[in-house]
Amino acid sequence: MKKTLIAAAIATCGLAVAMNAQAQISGDVIKIGIITDMSGLYADIDGQGGVEAIKMAIADMKGMAAGKKIELIYADHQNKADVAASKAREWMDTQGLDLLIGGTNSGANLAMAKVAAEKKRAFISIGAASARLTNEDCTPYTVHYAYDTVALANGTGNAVVKSGGKNWYFLTADYAFGASLQADTTAVVQKAGGKVVGSVKHPLSASDFSSFLLQAQGSGAQILGLANAGGDTINSIKAANEFGITKTMKLAGLLMFINDVHSLGLKATEGMYLTDGWYWNQSPESRAWSRAFFAKMKRMPSMLQAADYSAVTHYLKAVDATKTDDADKVIAKMKATKVNDFFAKNGEIGPDGRMRYDMYLMQVKSPKESSEPWDYYKVAQTIPANEAYTKLADSKCPLVKK
Amino acid sequence: MTELFGIPLPALLGQLLLGLVNGSFYAMLSLGLAVIFGMLNIINFAHGALYMMGAFLAWMGLELLGLNYWVMLGLAPLLVGVLGIVIERTMLQWLYKLDHLYGLLLTFGITLVIEGVFRSFYGVSGQPYSVPDALQGATNLGFMILPNYRAWVVVASITVCLAVWALIEKTSLGAKLRAGTENPKLVQAFGINVPLMVTLTYAGGVALAAFAGVLAAPILQVSALMGSNLIIVVFAVVVIGGMGSILGSIVTGLGLGVVEGLTKVFYPEASNTVVFVVMAIVLLVRPAGLFGKEK
Repeated sequence: MKKTLIAAAIATCGLAVAMNAQAQISGDVIKIGIITDMSGLYADIDGQGGVEAIKMAIADMKGMAAGKKIELIYADHQNKADVAASKAREWMDTQGLDLLIGGTNSGANLAMAKVAAEKKRAFISIGAASARLTNEDCTPYTVHYAYDTVALANGTGNAVVKSGGKNWYFLTADYAFGASLQADTTAVVQKAGGKVVGSVKHPLSASDFSSFLLQAQGSGAQILGLANAGGDTINSIKAANEFGITKTMKLAGLLMFINDVHSLGLKATEGMYLTDGWYWNQSPESRAWSRAFFAKMKRMPSMLQAADYSAVTHYLKAVDATKTDDADKVIAKMKATKVNDFFAKNGEIGPDGRMRYDMYLMQVKSPKESSEPWDYYKVAQTIPANEAYTKLADSKCPLVKK
Repeated sequence: MTELFGIPLPALLGQLLLGLVNGSFYAMLSLGLAVIFGMLNIINFAHGALYMMGAFLAWMGLELLGLNYWVMLGLAPLLVGVLGIVIERTMLQWLYKLDHLYGLLLTFGITLVIEGVFRSFYGVSGQPYSVPDALQGATNLGFMILPNYRAWVVVASITVCLAVWALIEKTSLGAKLRAGTENPKLVQAFGINVPLMVTLTYAGGVALAAFAGVLAAPILQVSALMGSNLIIVVFAVVVIGGMGSILGSIVTGLGLGVVEGLTKVFYPEASNTVVFVVMAIVLLVRPAGLFGKEK
């Protein structure tokens, strides 16, 4: 009797040890949180749709990774960096957050990246544009997933100059993002042999763009580069059409999402070039996933929402493979594994945290070419990963060994 | 080419005209606010949300019912006016005796509810609404190409503003209205239904906001956030013009549109703060506003 008891005790201990070795998951749950703009001007491109995309990723893993349950929490940062940072800190301190997904807004993402690095938790930035996240402000815990200002400039800037648009004028949102987008694009334009003849800065969420547009028209430039985003881009394009500026200048939207095109309609956007990392209609797998997304959200997913799905899936597979939620080990695994799904082919996360994959220069279809709702783009050019993003040799990130 | 401050004169004229177009919106919105404040003593924060509703009703009319721009230009203000009556009768009427702050908080809450509802149904990117066929195209004025629709906006809003001013300042109905705010008990004693008049004033004020919303629909995207982008500037206009002053709000609205337009040429970064700089200066020099009376 005594012997069996001891044997049983030993067996139980052994089992516990074995299980422990099998999965080292803190709090017995894999906790994922997304902090994004859920109510402001960027709410459509990520927001609730981004949350839904992550739910789809978790559902496709059957709600489990490394034998443990996956949980999702989300919050609205209202485009305020301090709100984003304090929410991230709270979740890491009290909720045992394992993975933080940063939605839109570069400022908020830079703040969250700092918190994640301090707490040694995995952080994947999806919607931020600023290339600083993987340059000056890179950390071992940050992965930047969908796109950045460098890729946008290399895509649209290059293509437009090559197709003959040599003289540029910029209409720029007057804050960090606009300035860095203009600077990155200027560098690309000049390198390709183009010239920047002037620029005008407008306040964020300006009520009327006609005045700025007339100034642009007065400059005599061929190309009007829109270094702004969301509602500002939409209203600039609308006014440009109204004032007939599209007849004398070509518009180049430097950061445009499919939601912007949908909102403006093809008549106002026909023929425009834009850079995108993913389009819902680009492959059969993408179409299948997008239809499932559409059934839930009643709108087609943007690049960011698809990236939310892809990034979370990539993370969960790494957790599954390493049997741990320890950020260092999981991120090492993520960097060692290529991203291959409907979102990216042979995507690679560099030592700086940048996920490099092929980007696309898209041209907006004319109303005649479009055969169904949301059928808006044709691929004008594929931009290979190594040309789209900052080369590792040029990286300003101290983690890159040169 | 003739130049003024280093800017070619034709370009400057163009910018002045554009400023006037934007000023038309300020004038119409601040007029509604001034009427409501003058008669009801309520700072109507919901004005921006009701302006947004006007634009959305125009869009819905076209998309869902096939009603064109001209029909909605009349219908949307009516519908929003009816909503105004409901708001005034069910909520605002209990607040007249209290501090301004209560009215402000209540109408701010109403704003959050209305905007939230539209945001959750339609998102934030906005809906496209095209310029009505009769006003398509543009006219070459020599110094600039002015889209016909913008010209229509200026004409329509100045006409409406002057009509409202005449109604309040020059008719016997307006006289009763003004008397009612001065001394409601006495006016009531003459057999005039003051509460009804107050209700209709609120409805009229918010109908003006909806009218401005329909006018704005073809120019801006119709989106849940369009009101909150504008309302703070409009409040500044009301303060500069003098709270409750009818003529003051019209003149200040147009004037500040022009000042803002010029700032966009000379120092574009300051274009969304210049109105507040003007406000600060006016408050220092004339605390009751340019056209306000000291009490």
